[in-house]
Amino acid sequence: MSILHRITGVGLAVGTLLLVWWLIAVATGPTAFDTVQSFIGSIVGRILLLAWTFALYYHLCNGIRHLVWDSGRGFEISTANASGWLVVVASVVLTVISWVSGYTVLGGV
Amino acid sequence: MAEFTLPKNSKVTEGKEWPKPEGATDLKAFKIYRWSPDSGENPRVDTYHIDLDDCGPMVLDALIKIKNEVDSTLTFRRSCREGVCGSCAMNIDGTNTLACTKYINDAKGYVRIYPLPHQSVIKDLVPDQTHFFAQYRQIEPWLKTDSQAPERERLQSPEDRAKIDGLWECVLCACCSTSCPSYWWNEDRYLGPAILLQAYRWLADTRDEAAGDRLDQLEDPFRLYRCHTIMNCTRTCPKHLNPAKAIAEIKKMMVERGV
Repeated sequence: MSILHRITGVGLAVGTLLLVWWLIAVATGPTAFDTVQSFIGSIVGRILLLAWTFALYYHLCNGIRHLVWDSGRGFEISTANASGWLVVVASVVLTVISWVSGYTVLGGV
Repeated sequence: MAEFTLPKNSKVTEGKEWPKPEGATDLKAFKIYRWSPDSGENPRVDTYHIDLDDCGPMVLDALIKIKNEVDSTLTFRRSCREGVCGSCAMNIDGTNTLACTKYINDAKGYVRIYPLPHQSVIKDLVPDQTHFFAQYRQIEPWLKTDSQAPERERLQSPEDRAKIDGLWECVLCACCSTSCPSYWWNEDRYLGPAILLQAYRWLADTRDEAAGDRLDQLEDPFRLYRCHTIMNCTRTCPKHLNPAKAIAEIKKMMVERGV
């Protein structure tokens, strides 16, 4: 659980490079933008994006868990186990909601 | 620099299987880590068989029986045999705990016994705790006061006394510190959960008047803040204390004195 927080943190840092690449492409012009779009739109690109979304939500939810801990609360083993599972479930649910609503807006896969 | 693999001379090999006691009906196998600085050999895991009908219920009972009746060279620390001295801390079935308060029958199948993880081994199940106790010395674990000493004891109300419940019970067995990945990684500079719980024991004591100095000593990227709330300490504590919470309370005191 704890190590997953660090792994997703590293993943987010790497994922941010992808975002920077996309933004640079927007500024450069339509050809560069098309290249990036076709990569991100590919199966590999979408899987990376899905992983990045999950990492974002996991790191966010677990970050909130850490904030609660910083207030001195939630340190009983049973509470810590429960909050850990809550973080996993919440991040999966949020990831699914984001992707379903994303595809709904686009109007299909 | 961190090492990810064991050095060649630390690779654990299969050791000797000691004979089974004759006529025993309730046999339990113990696989125990053995290493002697004198032999020049790699560590090995020896297998011993104990008749549970003729042995006390705790892992320490079995260890003492092995030392008395099977193999007198087996080396381990023990003293009180009731969980108040902290001497017989070791890794039993993958968890750091006290051999004297751990039931043999908690282990399914055979019982695996190793020394506390990530400590230099002196012999068999005896780890070198010199550094651990030097760190304990570093937090100055005694009552510090500036005010005039009263005629008799420094009195404390029952409510104030209750503030150190869950802290004074710590027996410094080092089970928590040696289960902590941050301590494995940075034991040279991070104090680890046991010592930080002890530090909080003095910070929380209403008779102590040196909280400011104590916090100054802990305000360091490593000594206190290598704790990332992994919670291994609280999970493993054989006295059911909560070092993770104690560390969080210290972090809170750091913030509170800053605002």
